[in-house]
Amino acid sequence: MIPAPPSGPVPYPREFALRLLADMLRIRRMEEKSAELYGEGKIRGFLHLYIGEEAVATGAIGALRPEDNLVATYREHGHALLRGVAMNAIMAEMYGKREGCSRGRGGSMHLFDAATRFFGGNAIVGGGLPLAAGLALADRMQRTGRITACFFGEGAVAEGAFHESMNLAALWRLPVLFCCENNLYAMGTAIERSESQTDLCAKAASYGVATRRADGMDVVAVHEAAKEAAESVRAGGGPCFIEFQTYRFRAHSMFDPELYRDKAEVEAWRTRGPIHTYSARLKTQGLLTEDEFQELDRAAMEEVRGAVAYAEAGTLEPVEDLARDLCGAGA
Amino acid sequence: MRRITYREALREALREALLQDARVFLMGEDVGRYGGTYAVSKGLLEEFGPERVRDTPLSELAFVGAGIGAALGGMRPIVEVMTVNFSLLALDQIVNTAALLRHMSGGQFGVPLVIRMATGAGRQLAAQHSHSLECWYAHVPGIKVLAPATVEDARGMLAPALADPDPVILFEHAQLYNLEDDLPEPFTADIARAAVRRRGDDVTLIAYGGCLSKALQAADRLADEGIAAEVIDLRVLRPLDTDTFVESVRRTHRAVVVDEGWRSGSLAAEVLARIVEQAFYDLDAPPARVCSEEVPMPYARHLEEAALPQPAKIVDAVRGLMGRR
Repeated sequence: MIPAPPSGPVPYPREFALRLLADMLRIRRMEEKSAELYGEGKIRGFLHLYIGEEAVATGAIGALRPEDNLVATYREHGHALLRGVAMNAIMAEMYGKREGCSRGRGGSMHLFDAATRFFGGNAIVGGGLPLAAGLALADRMQRTGRITACFFGEGAVAEGAFHESMNLAALWRLPVLFCCENNLYAMGTAIERSESQTDLCAKAASYGVATRRADGMDVVAVHEAAKEAAESVRAGGGPCFIEFQTYRFRAHSMFDPELYRDKAEVEAWRTRGPIHTYSARLKTQGLLTEDEFQELDRAAMEEVRGAVAYAEAGTLEPVEDLARDLCGAGA
Repeated sequence: MRRITYREALREALREALLQDARVFLMGEDVGRYGGTYAVSKGLLEEFGPERVRDTPLSELAFVGAGIGAALGGMRPIVEVMTVNFSLLALDQIVNTAALLRHMSGGQFGVPLVIRMATGAGRQLAAQHSHSLECWYAHVPGIKVLAPATVEDARGMLAPALADPDPVILFEHAQLYNLEDDLPEPFTADIARAAVRRRGDDVTLIAYGGCLSKALQAADRLADEGIAAEVIDLRVLRPLDTDTFVESVRRTHRAVVVDEGWRSGSLAAEVLARIVEQAFYDLDAPPARVCSEEVPMPYARHLEEAALPQPAKIVDAVRGLMGRR
């Protein structure tokens, strides 16, 4: 049963409320353009789009401080963008250019940025969770006050890394905000076909981790849950696990023929789309006019155009530098 | 010059690292209250407390991954994995994260992590505690692999490993912990070069870790037969110090590589390949290998001994090369 579309008042000042909308639009337009560029052969390899799930990264990252750590998956373009990685650098990375945020070494699945403490771009499902626990351990030992937000899909919950990391984080009360993006499918395998216990919060709770569940199509619900959880984690309350219930509108990757789900199901979820439902609420409240929406959308498309131009103009790393950065200086 | 054991040398090195750098901490299964599976870290919990000598759950994937994360976060973790067999549970984090991160991130994120683990057979611990998988790790670019085979290296290798900006794996052969020897002052602390442990002109024996002492024993026996064997301790399994062993083989014209790993795809195979590539025309005989038999390590003592490289097998291999079989 698909829940009713998100509704109700948006409890934010207009400026912040519109920023959330603008950020979701930036991700959406960047992703749509990426799909188009993939079709043109400009972007190659695997490309996993976040379309439909924008409210999760937008609401959750909006609850972090600039100094916090972020660990993400291979469906991470939006997370990188909202963490502060320039769209130019993201697009150049997908083009495989030296101006990319990983010098063209990583591509779509491996965006990294030291300046914004964006620790990837991990394409081993569940691989980011132990890493997040370790970053949090370092922060605890150095008393930095930082927290680490770790994003992963519900597919990762079947991995041993999830269970081991929950245990370690709870045992050591590490400041990690575990953000589970439950889009119902681990690639093509529906959650009820892969999990004996589909209540993901119950799994995290069994390790003594505090849990929450939020509508991942509702940027307000996401932000509120993430804000409260982040405060608790930062205050020393130990790790927190949030299940964001969301849905991916596009295929798993560009190679996916989507044989595993009905078109009707996708269409039904589209009625819960995070951008149009949120815009409608803002308009009802008088916080947004159609002209203003169009203006935000134009700005997002303009940013995308600039990023594509930047990537097109980018340069290729010389082949002589193939082994560069294999080992650090002084090694 | 003091006489200490390999275990004590490792402990001294750990203690020194913990004293000198507040970012250093030790974590692993039973490193704290138990004192370390091989008693290497005995007493360190009492001296440095549970934050810095940190017992972990039996959770290799998570605590090795957490070590990687902590290294990224500014710490200098030393992660102890009980044995190389157990390290396979953490292989994903070591190979798919630690080794790749710097290159994959375009040079932005290094992982200054040290992983210590016991390796090797000889104590009748059977197939799941005795294997020698150093070469699996030595296959992977982005990590350094060390095999201290002497008390001096047990004492001296940790500090440069910690100073290295990238992941370093230290393999401690389980048979060596009780080895007692004189520790020179000052001791060597480089992690770049192989070492010539015995000079000789007739044949080069190349070994590492637990096989070094076997190669030296073989060299003693060969000396009785009038054959002067040079013995090289690889010390660093990645990146290999090719120059040192190739230079030796060019002089002795014969090479036998001794490796506790299984023969197929072994580190010995890599060393032989380099000798053949770089010193083919200097060879007076085909180079040879003495490796473990390709079976899971058996429990029964006589079978375990039969499965492993032994001084007698090394002597036989050398005799074969010298035409004295």
